[in-house]
Amino acid sequence: MKAREEKDGLVINGVIRISGYSSILFVVLILFFLLREGLPALTNIPLRSLFSIRWYPIEGYYGILPLIFGSLLITLASTLIALPFGIGTAVYLSEVAPPWLRDLLKPIVEILAGIPSVVLGFIGILVFAPLFRKMLNIPTGLTAFTGAILLAFISIPTIVSVAEDALNTVPHSYRQASLALGATQWQTIWDVTLPAAKTGVLTAVMLGVGRSLGETMAVMMVTGNAPLMPLHLNSLFRPVRTMTATIASEMGEVASGSLHYQVLFFIGITLFLLSLVINITASLVSTKARQRSERLLS
Amino acid sequence: MLILFLLTGCVGRSHTRPGTLLQPAAVSIENKGSDTMVNLALAWAERYQQVNPNARISVSGGGSGTGITSLISGTVDIANASRRITEEELAAARQAGFDPQEFIIARDAIAIIVNPRNLVSNLTLQQLSRIYRGEINNWSELGGEDREIVRLSRETNSGSHLFFLESVVRMGEMDNNAIFSASTLLLPSSEGIIAEVRDNPNAIGYDSLGYITSDVKLVGISSLEEPMNFILPSLETVSNHTYLLSRNLYMYTLDEPEGLVKTYLDWIMGPEAQEIAHKLGFMPVLNE
Repeated sequence: MKAREEKDGLVINGVIRISGYSSILFVVLILFFLLREGLPALTNIPLRSLFSIRWYPIEGYYGILPLIFGSLLITLASTLIALPFGIGTAVYLSEVAPPWLRDLLKPIVEILAGIPSVVLGFIGILVFAPLFRKMLNIPTGLTAFTGAILLAFISIPTIVSVAEDALNTVPHSYRQASLALGATQWQTIWDVTLPAAKTGVLTAVMLGVGRSLGETMAVMMVTGNAPLMPLHLNSLFRPVRTMTATIASEMGEVASGSLHYQVLFFIGITLFLLSLVINITASLVSTKARQRSERLLS
Repeated sequence: MLILFLLTGCVGRSHTRPGTLLQPAAVSIENKGSDTMVNLALAWAERYQQVNPNARISVSGGGSGTGITSLISGTVDIANASRRITEEELAAARQAGFDPQEFIIARDAIAIIVNPRNLVSNLTLQQLSRIYRGEINNWSELGGEDREIVRLSRETNSGSHLFFLESVVRMGEMDNNAIFSASTLLLPSSEGIIAEVRDNPNAIGYDSLGYITSDVKLVGISSLEEPMNFILPSLETVSNHTYLLSRNLYMYTLDEPEGLVKTYLDWIMGPEAQEIAHKLGFMPVLNE
């Protein structure tokens, strides 16, 4: 009997271990595949042409800078919009809202997370783009700004649910101690609860950034996809073309192994590296913060 | 390690003529390509399946280039294209051991459209070219209001995009290397272009005549030879070749068609299918 239980345990252990390792394997395989298909672009296309500012691949213009900066611009803008709303909502849900309201709002936020981005894209085309064009008096509403607003909608639910979980893990005694010392509720949230949940909140923000960077469909529908280099402050109110939209709209037509194909995979490598950097930064910052808090507590 | 080897093996081999295995069992047809032709191909497939309940025809879009690429890689039986197959694509097909066959199945016009509030009603080919090359940037230079011009185009995988590049931006000149202005908005669908033109008085766009709705304004176009003779696109001006921006629509098969593919293509060239094309705003090929 005992031997059989041990055997079961071994089997289950093995299965879990394999599924754990397989995720590493998949990431390595994806990276290997990206590198194999994309790296030849570096040798086949002169670097000066690859890192130039004109993207028109069917005529041999392979400048990827407008695409990189286009993605960065809308990711940055959407994060700036999503950050206060996302964290604000999380704080409200976890610290301020009465329990019945929280039970109502939390599922609604989760439903928002489940809306397919293509649906948001439709709303963007039909409602936001015309609205922003008239309100801001710009030539067209299909701009980086419209994309950033949609991306904020997409990343806010992620930020809210992760940040709220982080706030909930802060021990109740922290808040009670702070209130007992005479701090107001606002002071408690700002100076005690939020700093204590810093790691989790930061993870939430980074997940939101990753979501924005990788989003394709909604962005493709509302940003106009013109490969313009965003050089000025008002570039936010001009069309841009992102890396994801470029890969999505052009991958279907390219002949496998052609220069254009290699450049699209090279863009994929760039995207991969960017999200890697985001993730590594997030985990570095959070481990550092944890070490510090452990030092303080001991 | 084994999995890794298998995976990379699959990727490297996916383009070596899977068509040879599929050929005899053609009771269903995969039909893919030009977005301009999707509605037409769908209407044809529906009607054909009503008459022949045994036949299964599935139609999808994605762009002319996408359709031809899928044809060569063996995933579709018939590719729709609003442009001719290019030398490179032909070479790729020949290299894979195929001999693509071309069928002209209808004619189409590319209409230039603006918002109904726009005062400009006519443009010469030269003006149109300069607009899209980024040399004319304000409607006031063309007799319109003082508004910045917003140029709309389809994505580069669209046959319409390539047709427009060659016939308008480069004005049909072989040695002309002009390209679209970088500020041209590349929209993923015909509907996207119509929606933006309908809403935005700054916009100019182009689309297949079959897709034009009555809430956008058609622009008359004149040729280089007769710059003052502006002609609006219509079935009549397309069929008598007075409208400049008209083109053939194609279907391609990998080899000489046989079985269901052949009977389907024969039916498409026949009067019933061509009448359907006419109703959808395309020019039938029978009258030529």
